[in-house]
Amino acid sequence: MTTTTESTSSTDTSLSVTHLDMYYGSFRALRDINLDVKRNSVTALIGPSGSGKSTLLRCFNRMNDLIPGARVEGQVLFNGEDIYHPSIDPTEIRLRIGMVFQKPNPFPKSIYDNVAFGLRINGFRGNMDEAVERSLRRAALWDEVKDRLKASGLTLSGGQQQRLCIARAVAVQPDVILMDEPASALDPISTLAIEDLMRELSRDYTIIVVTHNMQQAARVSDWTAFMTMGEDRAGYLVEIGDTHQIFTNPRDERTEGYITGRFG
Amino acid sequence: MQLSRNRRRGALQGRIVHWLFFACAAMSVVTTFGIVASLLRESLGFFGEVPVWEFLFGTTWSPILRDAEGNRHYGVLPLVSGTLLVATIAAAVAVPAGLAIAIYLSEYAPDKVRRSIKPVLEVLAGIPTVVYGYFALTFVTPLLQSLPVPYLQENLLVFNALSAGLVMGLMIIPMVSSLSEDAMVAVPRSLRHAAYALGGTRLEVSLRIVVPAAFSGIVASFILAFSRAIGETMLVTLAAGATPRLTFNPVESIQAMTAFIVQLALGETPHGSLEYNTIFAVGLLLFFFTLGMNVLGHFLVRRFREEY
Repeated sequence: MTTTTESTSSTDTSLSVTHLDMYYGSFRALRDINLDVKRNSVTALIGPSGSGKSTLLRCFNRMNDLIPGARVEGQVLFNGEDIYHPSIDPTEIRLRIGMVFQKPNPFPKSIYDNVAFGLRINGFRGNMDEAVERSLRRAALWDEVKDRLKASGLTLSGGQQQRLCIARAVAVQPDVILMDEPASALDPISTLAIEDLMRELSRDYTIIVVTHNMQQAARVSDWTAFMTMGEDRAGYLVEIGDTHQIFTNPRDERTEGYITGRFG
Repeated sequence: MQLSRNRRRGALQGRIVHWLFFACAAMSVVTTFGIVASLLRESLGFFGEVPVWEFLFGTTWSPILRDAEGNRHYGVLPLVSGTLLVATIAAAVAVPAGLAIAIYLSEYAPDKVRRSIKPVLEVLAGIPTVVYGYFALTFVTPLLQSLPVPYLQENLLVFNALSAGLVMGLMIIPMVSSLSEDAMVAVPRSLRHAAYALGGTRLEVSLRIVVPAAFSGIVASFILAFSRAIGETMLVTLAAGATPRLTFNPVESIQAMTAFIVQLALGETPHGSLEYNTIFAVGLLLFFFTLGMNVLGHFLVRRFREEY
């Protein structure tokens, strides 16, 4: 009986974090994080500024490696494999766990080349035109750009640029897509388009999204994790649960205080 | 009453400062036009006697010494080939090395290393060119002659384009590396992060994202360095020789345009004579070369700009 539960839970779980501490030099930015991220769902990370949401997000694809002095203790399992094991190549992790950033950051290249970039550097041998079209369709951008694929990605509007960045991330067919406040720099209509896209993409991808916007978290996510920061300024996880439950009946009073707007 | 007087004085002061600064800015423009005008005026006398066509496409340069039939020759191509030969060798050294240094400093080096290497490169840029000239003549040439390469041992002359070009390459490396690095550092971090997040390695991010995004600045550094190599005087005068010869063989002795100007200016050629006026003709050509390089640079910068 126990075995069955375990095996179901491990196939349901995409990322599993245990006792994760994260340091920038001597400063501890994250303290003892424990959480599981369910496959093919949207998990929202919410919490006040400085609670370490983005830092935690960057632990999932080892982007923190790029910061000198950054160091991680504890374990992050991706499909059961420790992504911080010395034998693991971080570029491999980033190929499987894509990322979309807060500010749209298309490369100063054509729309086509933006989407093709990840495939090219990873030695893609298939039909590039098809792969680019498929990715742009997935990001709900194809109809808007199909006649100007050679135009620079920077000629697009902010919302279109962000969808281009999503197409670029989707192109390499990752398992997980990390989104760091992907709509915070966008107007309300573009924001809704991105939110629809997240729902749509969560059928095939595991999505983790950092957001400051609680309505957004409530609208798009299946699971919500609430983080805050302690006296030592280290971020920690207060609770994680079903989004409906977190917003209607949080277990922890700090969560309740945050979502009802009493602080943060 | 007093208030308005003060205001008037302020306005007058403002106008004076305005015109003072304008005069400073105008000075450099006026100087440039002055140089071009004097080059044009003096070389007009030269081209009155020697057809432009003969000057530009003649293959023998011997404006002072007469040949067996008693004729002088004013074909500038040997000087041009000498200049381009040395500058090309220099570029072949400086472009890859300078670019590699720039990539290393901007993308790979830890802060500490970067902070110690940059001043060293600046020292390299500050060494007087006469020192480079003697370095080429008394160190690099003997070194090349002692290499176990039979061709060099047998054919490399004391004055040769090869060692002058190699040392000039060293000399202009800081120019390439420093300007290229500035351009690469200016590429937004967010572009690098996007590329890393797609599974890019450091080399892929450097070569496929950072270098293309900084391309206009990198090309500008190449052009400026090449311009500098064309205009460089002391090094080629000392180490490359004074033998105007239409050749692209780097082991031979050549004469660069600048070196010819030095030679003639130091000699006893009477001022105002046809021989003397060759200086201005060659100078004018040199000016057009660097002007052409700058125009080409601007064109390339616009053509390949990746805006971010």
